[in-house]
Amino acid sequence: MTKVLTKHFDEPKLHELETYRRLGGYKALEKALGLDRAKILEEVKTSNLRGLGGAGFPTGMKWSTVPPEDKVPGPRYVVVNADESEPGCYKDRVLIDRAPHQLIEGLLIASYVIGAKDSFIFIRGEYQAQYEVLEKALAEAEKAGLMGKNILGKGFDCRIELMRGAGAYISGLDTALLETMEGKKAWPRQPPPFPTVAGLMAKPTVVNNVETLSMLPHIVEHGGKWFADLGVPKSGGTLLLSISGHVERPGVYEFPMGVKLRDALAAAGGVRGGRRLKGVIPGGTSMPPLMEKDLDISLDFDSVRAAGTFLGAGGMIVLDETADAVAVAHNIERFLAHESCGQCTPCREGGFWTEEILERLMDGEGVPADLENLTRVGTNITGKVICALGDTVGMVINGYMSRYPEDFKKRIPSNGQG
Amino acid sequence: MAKVKFKLNGRELEAEAGRLVIEAAKDAGVEIPHYCYHPALGNPGNCRMCIVEVAGAPKPQVSCRLPVLEGLDVKSDSPAAKRAQASALELHLVNHPLDCPVCDQSGECGLQDYYMKIGQYQSQVREDKVHKGKRLEIGPHVMLDQERCILCTRCTRFVDDVTKTHELGVFKRGHVERIELTPGMTLDNGYTGNVVDVCPVGALTDRDFRYQVRVWYLDKTDSICPGCSRGCSISVHTNTKRNWHNEGRRVARIKPRYNPDVNGHWICDDGRYSYRPLDAGRLGKVLRLQPAREEISWAEAAVEIADRLREGDPKGLAVVASGLLSNEDWKALKELLPQSPLYFSPEPDQVGEADELLRRREKVPNLKGAEALGLKSGSFEALAKDLESGKVWGLYVIERDLEKVWGAKAKDLLAKAKWSLFQGPFKTPLSEAGSYRLPATAYVEETGHFTNFEGKVQAYHKALEPIGSAKPDHEIFGLIRAALAAEREGAAA
Repeated sequence: MTKVLTKHFDEPKLHELETYRRLGGYKALEKALGLDRAKILEEVKTSNLRGLGGAGFPTGMKWSTVPPEDKVPGPRYVVVNADESEPGCYKDRVLIDRAPHQLIEGLLIASYVIGAKDSFIFIRGEYQAQYEVLEKALAEAEKAGLMGKNILGKGFDCRIELMRGAGAYISGLDTALLETMEGKKAWPRQPPPFPTVAGLMAKPTVVNNVETLSMLPHIVEHGGKWFADLGVPKSGGTLLLSISGHVERPGVYEFPMGVKLRDALAAAGGVRGGRRLKGVIPGGTSMPPLMEKDLDISLDFDSVRAAGTFLGAGGMIVLDETADAVAVAHNIERFLAHESCGQCTPCREGGFWTEEILERLMDGEGVPADLENLTRVGTNITGKVICALGDTVGMVINGYMSRYPEDFKKRIPSNGQG
Repeated sequence: MAKVKFKLNGRELEAEAGRLVIEAAKDAGVEIPHYCYHPALGNPGNCRMCIVEVAGAPKPQVSCRLPVLEGLDVKSDSPAAKRAQASALELHLVNHPLDCPVCDQSGECGLQDYYMKIGQYQSQVREDKVHKGKRLEIGPHVMLDQERCILCTRCTRFVDDVTKTHELGVFKRGHVERIELTPGMTLDNGYTGNVVDVCPVGALTDRDFRYQVRVWYLDKTDSICPGCSRGCSISVHTNTKRNWHNEGRRVARIKPRYNPDVNGHWICDDGRYSYRPLDAGRLGKVLRLQPAREEISWAEAAVEIADRLREGDPKGLAVVASGLLSNEDWKALKELLPQSPLYFSPEPDQVGEADELLRRREKVPNLKGAEALGLKSGSFEALAKDLESGKVWGLYVIERDLEKVWGAKAKDLLAKAKWSLFQGPFKTPLSEAGSYRLPATAYVEETGHFTNFEGKVQAYHKALEPIGSAKPDHEIFGLIRAALAAEREGAAA
């Protein structure tokens, strides 16, 4: 199987500039700086690279919505979303730990294409060690003339600034992240305008995930078509899955886009203790799970979407038959309620309410009306809120209730009168 | 902007392209429920109440962020839209304390109104509600109840965007999120009462109005604030149906009245809280004070005053007036005493702070009304000299507190006049120093017009009956003028 991002992960000192360059690092940057920007953008479009932070938006298409400099002059920015805060996702952490220069190289290529002279890496506050890794890597890159003025003598200037979050889950959402960077409360914005038109400080801004940007050196090096061919139509390249839960060997695995769920599970050693599979959360907790019947599904954005859930950021959590759907849903809803930014009412109040009802079910104090109310409240949240976090509050509860109705019914005591 | 055609609830409508659907609907007489949207405070779209169905859109949209486009087909009253609105309301009420019986907002509360209009469901909330701060005195005029708050952020937007003083903010997040004072600040910016007005629920209440009287007992009268030369449009809310409430005060509160040309949606705290003294120190009796204090009738007073006016040289009678007089009053005064010198410039008694928002330096509403009639004010300094020199024999004082104009020497100066009279709604230290004391109405007890500093003529209306025998100033001037004319006719015959 072709590895792209993790190809050299066996090298113990890959995080150091010397090792990274010895293995061909920054060659792609050098190549890119000699190319026409429009040509690189074309390659990215051809590559079918999609946003690997969860939304799966085609990267080339996102970039091409940045207004050209002759139309909108002034600064434009590229921001790396390294606020990996979706429970179950830890692939960005590994990418930063092991290959910080791969990210920096990708970021510089993106900045060159967008025309950004200032770029930012926004990393979640809890990633202290990864912050230090990036700090060191950026210092190395600057010293080697890979960052700052006249990069590699090719006349391109770009500074990279590292910024830390303060621990809010919602800051991982691009527009909330931008608000945070501006020193405000992390409340998602309501596009339009989209960040590529008016983002950071109301300037055109591209926000991309760590994994997405880390792909760029490889696309520049091998071409868009090579990358597209690694995956499936409309989703090119590979993807990292952070597999956890009830498997024998949890960890970060790289697969070609479109790998079968069955094969991904097998790579992680299968369901622990040979137990039966109850469900697989494909991309991080805030989505409905896939079921045993979905084992032959192709893991790419569109196929998972068609199965009623999301590939998300590849935070795969495996549940075996011992898992209780009510406990899982309660755990996730408790997290979502705690992390609700509080801006819009359905998520703020509905998330709380959902969590409280589930808590009552867990305590054995459920009443028959609870099930109806959970479904209704969930339906009343999804699609009627400002941001994607809000949508997931309803999607999770409705997803678990429709997939595991028996688990929920069991939680209502037979004498439950309310 | 170009006009475009769109559909609302099946009705073909026309609106400017880009106008928000919630506004275009309002123009067409359709109120879409909303809390966070406010025409002067923007449309953050956080309450999700104004949700509508849009043909062809994958999910419902909030009409406060939806611009009108050619061919847009919106339904705010379809079953799906109504369900979405009702569900947003239900979610607003999950943690609301439902303490309407003890809440001052009852009767004018957005939660109550929409519950009756689009709610009317049986509550399904079995959970304990989240507890937050109650009775928080966040400023001299405003009380905050965080539990009643629905976090629409109108108040924070008011202090951010209108006063730019930033005393309030949204703190914490999720269901424990709350409006709170910015650390180290109190809500005291001269315009604080407006946050009570913009608050759609009972979270921000007026400390002065709390527990005084239920809003449905109040009568509302359109008026003009007399507090400065801006002339803000106000609504005077009077309590006469439950006169044992509100500590017996007849005016329960003053609210701003939207006027895009003058004050927009706002008024200042000075104007808003100017109603308290309206029932204090009022004059109600017509008094003859010389040679002895005695209550007399208006007819007697008019004849006696007319007699005295006829005796003296009108140029030696100084009239001290005030920009509190209405256009009608100024006209009647001019007709009564066309030759007598007038003194009405704002002195220390009638000047104060100004700011860039609404407040003007001259703390009277109608100096322009006098100007429009060609009336000019002499200087109070010159008047003092003329009193000293005996050039002035008589003084007709209307409303002014001369001690605030001239200081301690006012009493002596007044004594220099051979004859003087005081006419006004309120007692002053020198209101009984002359020969007569005539009770006039306050602005809430009369109908008239003020001309503001920009020359706008605006009507104010009678909200209350006068105190005692008090009459509007122009009627008093008219009575005296009639008495003068009658005597002239008598003399001619």
